[in-house]
Amino acid sequence: MSASDKDSSAYLDNAATTPILPEVLEVLYRESTFVGNASSLHRAGRRARKVVEESREKLAATLGAKPQEVIFTASGTEANNLAVKGMYWSARAKSATKSAICASLIEHHAILDPLEWLEREDGATLHLAEVDSNGVTKHEQVAQILSEHGDRISLLTIMHSNNEVGALQPVAECAAIAREYQIPIHTDAVQSFGKVLLDFGKLGVDAMTISAHKIGGPLGVAALVAKKNLELTPLLHGGGQEREVRSGTLHTPVIAAFATAAEISQQRLLENQLRIRALRERLISGVRSGVPDVQLNGGENTLPGIAHFTFPGAEGDALLLLLDAQGVQCSTGSACSAGIAQPSHVLLAMGMAAKVARSSIRFSIGPTTTENEIDKAISVIGDVVSRARAAGVK
Amino acid sequence: MKVIAAMSGGVDSAVAAARMADAGHEVIGVHLALSANPQKYRSGARGCCTIEDSHDARRAADIIGIPFYIWDMAEEFHEGVVQNFLSEYSNGKTPNPCLRCNEKIKFEAVLKRARAMGYDAVATGHYAKRVDSENGPLLYRADDPNKDQSYVLAVLTQEQLSGALFPLGDTVKSDVRKEAHERGFSLAQKPDSHDICFVPSGDNAGWLRDRLGSETGEIVDEEGAVLGSHKGAYTYTVGQRRGLGLTVPAEDGRARYVLRVEPVNNRVVVGSREDLAITEISGIDVKWCGPVAPHGDHRGFAQVRAHGTPAPCAYRWDGQRLTASLDLPLFGLAPGQALVIYEGNRAVGSATIDRTH
Repeated sequence: MSASDKDSSAYLDNAATTPILPEVLEVLYRESTFVGNASSLHRAGRRARKVVEESREKLAATLGAKPQEVIFTASGTEANNLAVKGMYWSARAKSATKSAICASLIEHHAILDPLEWLEREDGATLHLAEVDSNGVTKHEQVAQILSEHGDRISLLTIMHSNNEVGALQPVAECAAIAREYQIPIHTDAVQSFGKVLLDFGKLGVDAMTISAHKIGGPLGVAALVAKKNLELTPLLHGGGQEREVRSGTLHTPVIAAFATAAEISQQRLLENQLRIRALRERLISGVRSGVPDVQLNGGENTLPGIAHFTFPGAEGDALLLLLDAQGVQCSTGSACSAGIAQPSHVLLAMGMAAKVARSSIRFSIGPTTTENEIDKAISVIGDVVSRARAAGVK
Repeated sequence: MKVIAAMSGGVDSAVAAARMADAGHEVIGVHLALSANPQKYRSGARGCCTIEDSHDARRAADIIGIPFYIWDMAEEFHEGVVQNFLSEYSNGKTPNPCLRCNEKIKFEAVLKRARAMGYDAVATGHYAKRVDSENGPLLYRADDPNKDQSYVLAVLTQEQLSGALFPLGDTVKSDVRKEAHERGFSLAQKPDSHDICFVPSGDNAGWLRDRLGSETGEIVDEEGAVLGSHKGAYTYTVGQRRGLGLTVPAEDGRARYVLRVEPVNNRVVVGSREDLAITEISGIDVKWCGPVAPHGDHRGFAQVRAHGTPAPCAYRWDGQRLTASLDLPLFGLAPGQALVIYEGNRAVGSATIDRTH
C-alpha cells in the first residue's frame, strides 16, 4: 500500500509497522550504493564504520543514552531475547539461586515467549505481575514480588507501553523498586520509542529495546540500549561486532536509516503527538457516533496513536475482514497460533471474558495518517459492525 | 456476486476459487482452521488441516489476487463432525464425516457467517453441479464420474444449495490439475486426499480405539454361538470379512461377514454373504436437495456409499421416512450410512439409514 492509494484506503495499523519516511528512504538508498564492511580495516571499511558510529551517536542522542550503550540487532524480537536470556544467564552464572524472573502479564510475545522458554527449558521461575482493567501493570504488585523473591530474581522486565491497548506502564516506578533490590531492569520500549519522550538515562532502566520500523524507519534493524556495566550473555556467537555481545556483520544502510528516522521522530515529537492525538480523538468520537455501545480500552494514559475498541457482539476477525474489504486496515491485536486467532492475553489479563476479548480491534495512527483516512474508517464502521454482529460471536 | 471461496490448500478448491475470480465475482479466499491444534490432525501434504495446507491455500490466493483469511471453525468442527463421528460409532453406526462437514460446517456455519457479512455464496472445489431451475436450485452429479461428490452434498437443503457454488462440476480432475499447473499453483501436484481428515494416520480403527477404549467382546453367529473375540465392537463395519480372527471355522467352510455391530451387549454378529443381502433400506433425517418428493412410490436409484454403484429402486416418502425398495439386493450396509436417491444424474434427497431388511 503506497501513499498514493490513500484515496481508496486507510492504513490504520501503524503499531504493526509504519510507512518508511522519504528522508529515510533516501539515506537507505544512498548508503546501499556503497561497499564496505564496518569491520574491515581499509578505506571502504573505515567509511562504513564511520557511518555506523555516527548513526550510533545520533540515535543515542535522541534517547538520552551514551553511544556505547547502543547495541544494534536485526529486530526488536532479537533485542528482547538478548535482554531477557542474556540478563538471566549472566545473573545465574554468578549465583545459581538467581533463577527467577519478574515481568508483567501483558508483555509482548517477544518477551513472554523467551520467558516461557526459559521456564520450560532452563529451570526459570516466572513471577508475572497483574494489570488493572486499563492494562496498566500494578507496580505495587511488582514491589510485592521483589520483596518476597528479590534474592532469587535475576531480572525485571516491564514494557514501556502496551502494544495492543496502548496503555503506558509505570516503568520509572518499577525501576526505582528494582534499584532498591539491586535487580537489573529491562523495558521493551518498541511501541513508545519516537511516540513519547524517552530518556534512557533518566528512566533508570538498565536495558531498553527500540525498533526502527515503528517510526518510519526500515524493517530489519533494532537496538538493545544497555548500560555498559550490564552483563549480557550473547545469543549469537561470531565476530563479536557489537560489544562482544552481538555478532553479525553490521548492516550499515539500515543502521544509518534507523538513525535518520530516530532524529526525525525526535524533532517532530511534539508536533506529531498533537496531530496524532487529535486524529485519535476524531476517530474515537466518530466511532462512538457510528456505534454508540462501543467500548474504548486502555484508559486515559495511552500512546497518542493507539485506539483500541471492543464492539460487543461482533467478532474481531469479522470486523477486520469487512473493514479490509472497505480498504480500512487495522488489527485484531491478537496473537496468532498457527493462524487461529486466540483471545488476546493482554485483554484477558485486563479481566475481559474471552468472548469480549474476541470482539476487539486496534486502530493505530502514525505521523503519515491523514484526516481522510480517519474519516474513511468512520464512514464504514457502523455498517461493518452491524454486519459483523449479524455474523455473531462464538 | 460476493463469494467466499473455501480454500483447503488442495488443488480443487484453489482452481474453484480462481474460476470464481475469473468470472468477475468479488472473491475472498477463506481457509477453515478445523483443529485448535493443527499438527494433531494431518501431517504431510495430503490433507486439508495442517499449517502447510493453509500456507498452500494462501499462496494460491496470492496468485489469484484475492484477499485471504483463516476462519477458526475448530469448535464447530469438533462438535458437529468429530463428536458426531465418535457418538455414531459408539452406537454401532457407520457415519460419513464428510457429509456432516458439508451439512454443518461448509454450508451451514460458514455460509451463515458469509451471508451475515454480506456475501452471497460459498464456493468449494467439490465435484458436483448446481443447476438452477424454476423449482429452485437442483443438485446434479459432476461430469467426472470418478470424482463425483454429489453423494456427500446430498444433505444440503435447497436453501443451502442456493448459497453453494461448485465451479468444477463440468471438468474432469485431470483437467483441473492441468489448470492448476497452468495457473502456476505450487499445489498442482499435491496428491488427492482420501482418508478422513481428522484421522491423520488413516488408521480409523486405531483412532477409534484410542478414544472409545478397546473393551473386548464376543464375535457370535446369528444363533449366538461364540466364534471368537473382538477388540472394540465399533472398529468393525458391516460387510467386513477380513481381520475377524475367528477361531471356529464355519461348518460349510465359507467366508463369514460382519452382519451387525451391537454396542449395547458389545457383540459383533457374523454370518454368510447371503445374510448380508438387503432389499429394503429406510432412513430418517430426510433432506431434499430439490423439491420435496410427493408421497407415494417413485422410481430412482439408491446409492449408499460415496462412490457406490447406484442401485435401481422404487422409493417412497411418508412425511418422516425415506424408504427404498431395491430391484436387486445390496450386500453389506451399515446403519448410519447415508441413503441418497438419484433420478438420472439428479440427487433428489438423502436420509440417514436406520433400518434395513
